[in-house]
Amino acid sequence: MTDVLLEIDNLSVDYETARGDLKALRNISFDVRKAEIVGIVGESGCGKSTLISSILRLIAPNTRFRSGEIRFDGSDLLKATEREMRALRGDEISIVFQDPMQTHNPVLSVGQQMIDIQHRSKAPKGEKREKAAQMLAAVGIPDPEARLDQFPHEFSGGMRQRIAIAMALMSEPNLLIADEPTTALDATLEVQIIERLQELQREMDCAILFISHHLGVIAELCDRVVVMYAGAVVESGDVRKIFHEPKHPYTRRLIECDPGHIKTRARILPTIPGEVPDLANIPDGCIFRDRCNQATERCMAHVPPLESVGEEHMAACWLNHEEVTA
Amino acid sequence: MEKSQSEIRIIIVGIAKNPLGFMGLVIVGAIVFSAIFAAWIVPYDPIEMNIRDRMQGPSWSHLLGTDQLGRDTFSRVITGGQVALKVALPAVFGAMAIGLTLGMVAGYGPKWLDNFLMLLFDTIRSFPTVMFALAVVALVGPSLQTVVLVVMATSIPTYGRVARTQTLTLRNSEFILAERSMGASMARILGVHMLPNIIGVLAVLAAMDIPTVIALEAGLSFLGLGVKPPTPSWGALLKDGYALVRQTPWLVIGGGLPIIVATLGFTFLGESLRDVVDPKLRKNQ
Ligand SMILES: Nc1ncnc2c1ncn2[C@@H]1O[C@H](COP(=O)(O)OP(=O)(O)OP(=O)(O)O)[C@@H](O)[C@H]1O
Ligand SMILES: [Mg+2]
Repeated sequence: MTDVLLEIDNLSVDYETARGDLKALRNISFDVRKAEIVGIVGESGCGKSTLISSILRLIAPNTRFRSGEIRFDGSDLLKATEREMRALRGDEISIVFQDPMQTHNPVLSVGQQMIDIQHRSKAPKGEKREKAAQMLAAVGIPDPEARLDQFPHEFSGGMRQRIAIAMALMSEPNLLIADEPTTALDATLEVQIIERLQELQREMDCAILFISHHLGVIAELCDRVVVMYAGAVVESGDVRKIFHEPKHPYTRRLIECDPGHIKTRARILPTIPGEVPDLANIPDGCIFRDRCNQATERCMAHVPPLESVGEEHMAACWLNHEEVTA
Repeated sequence: MEKSQSEIRIIIVGIAKNPLGFMGLVIVGAIVFSAIFAAWIVPYDPIEMNIRDRMQGPSWSHLLGTDQLGRDTFSRVITGGQVALKVALPAVFGAMAIGLTLGMVAGYGPKWLDNFLMLLFDTIRSFPTVMFALAVVALVGPSLQTVVLVVMATSIPTYGRVARTQTLTLRNSEFILAERSMGASMARILGVHMLPNIIGVLAVLAAMDIPTVIALEAGLSFLGLGVKPPTPSWGALLKDGYALVRQTPWLVIGGGLPIIVATLGFTFLGESLRDVVDPKLRKNQ
């Protein structure tokens, strides 16, 4: 398994709160192989950002790692020192955030910022500037040399997100994390940026962990998908398998509501009746049981394990289990 | 470096575009110029007495008349400006530099350090400046350095608090998280990313603070706690003028007018600087 780049193994993360421990992530396992694009889908609050901040270890002070490992290139990041983490961030692992209007320093020109993030390189300033211009050109910003001297507010949202992507890819990372990078943009821009990202990914051969609410984008872009629900992985596997033969009722409901076409706009995931259980007080049994119309006795009492339901396909649902055993 | 020079040019051009800012630049420029070249501008030695010519009105030989000791008021006003800047500039920039550093440390560092620095700032601020000045003067005697020291110590908390508030806001901003996720060290975050976001606000504060310090120096000198006679200071001039206002109004004018003009000049400058330091408000370049 040498082609695995990032391996999340049985990760559980809590937030300590006044109401007790909020179990934001429970026994999460999945991996990202070299040069592949893995999508993560899930409703707001299902723990996507917690997962990302755990990987980069840019966590809120009340975060507690309860179990598991985050192996990157074979070594456990949860055991790395802060110094080692800092060396990794922006070099081997980069990130693009959701809101391009907020992610740039408002008082420094784009050029200054792009030169600054090359702080690890000893190259002369002129060379760094040239590289910055090349990157801007690569993400499709016309006249990059002149635009380097402009400030972030002089760019549109789409342009700013392109700049963020340029900055994230500058160090040619092995893993790019994209946290809903196109949610704040309108549909045509979204398509353009996704296409550009795809091209760059092929060129640079980096893996992407792509978080999105938009199933269409996931279907278009990703090789594999991880479906999360209330802090747990409910289904994961090859993108075609997930979309064509979903094995978890939650995934099925998502796809029913959003046929997954990149051109159609779905800013938020479709709402499914029922409520997400309180993560500080998790009930017995399957986490999805209250919203599932196929729930049985067994689902009320026991947590279904995430098990293989076919080649490159895992799901955590007792219904599959019965099919297999029957 | 050529980068920061063009930055300064942009700021100055930006200020000058605003009519009030332009006036501010002219006034402050004139004060600074006359302070630097005071020795060449003054027609007389500002401390030379000439009993025969005492308390004269304006004339070609004495533009603003003379005082009770026959010293040339115009020469004393110009030299007084030099004294005012010698107090105000080091005091304000010193307080700004120290306040900025402590404020950023308080805002970004651990909670206990923040609490400690805030307590320190509050303690300093709870002393009225003049009381504090009296105490220090009683201890070390009146001098230009004493005034600088007192003013600096009492205004550090103002800068510190503003810098702290700014740092706290920035600390939770998404672009700082983005920098951290790019592997920026604490020094880089504070120095490269936060500092330029804070310095503008503090520069505005400093420009507005200079007239206060000038007035404070004048006040302390007026009370005899500032610079020692016969060194000319606007406050000392005002004090003499006050005593002799029935005999000659020119001393009060000579001491008071520059304080008013300087206050207006620095305030105009500060106001228009405020608009310029925010790049979002900068009209294309
Ligand atoms: N610092 C914190 N302390 C306590 N609870 C937190 C903290 N951060 C997040 N949470 C909670 O943990 C859960 C997971 O949050 P997270 O931000 O990871 O969700 P998300 O999937 O990224 O949601 P979104 O799509 O809205 O960004 C939520 O219930 C959230 O309220
Ligand atoms: Mg999130």
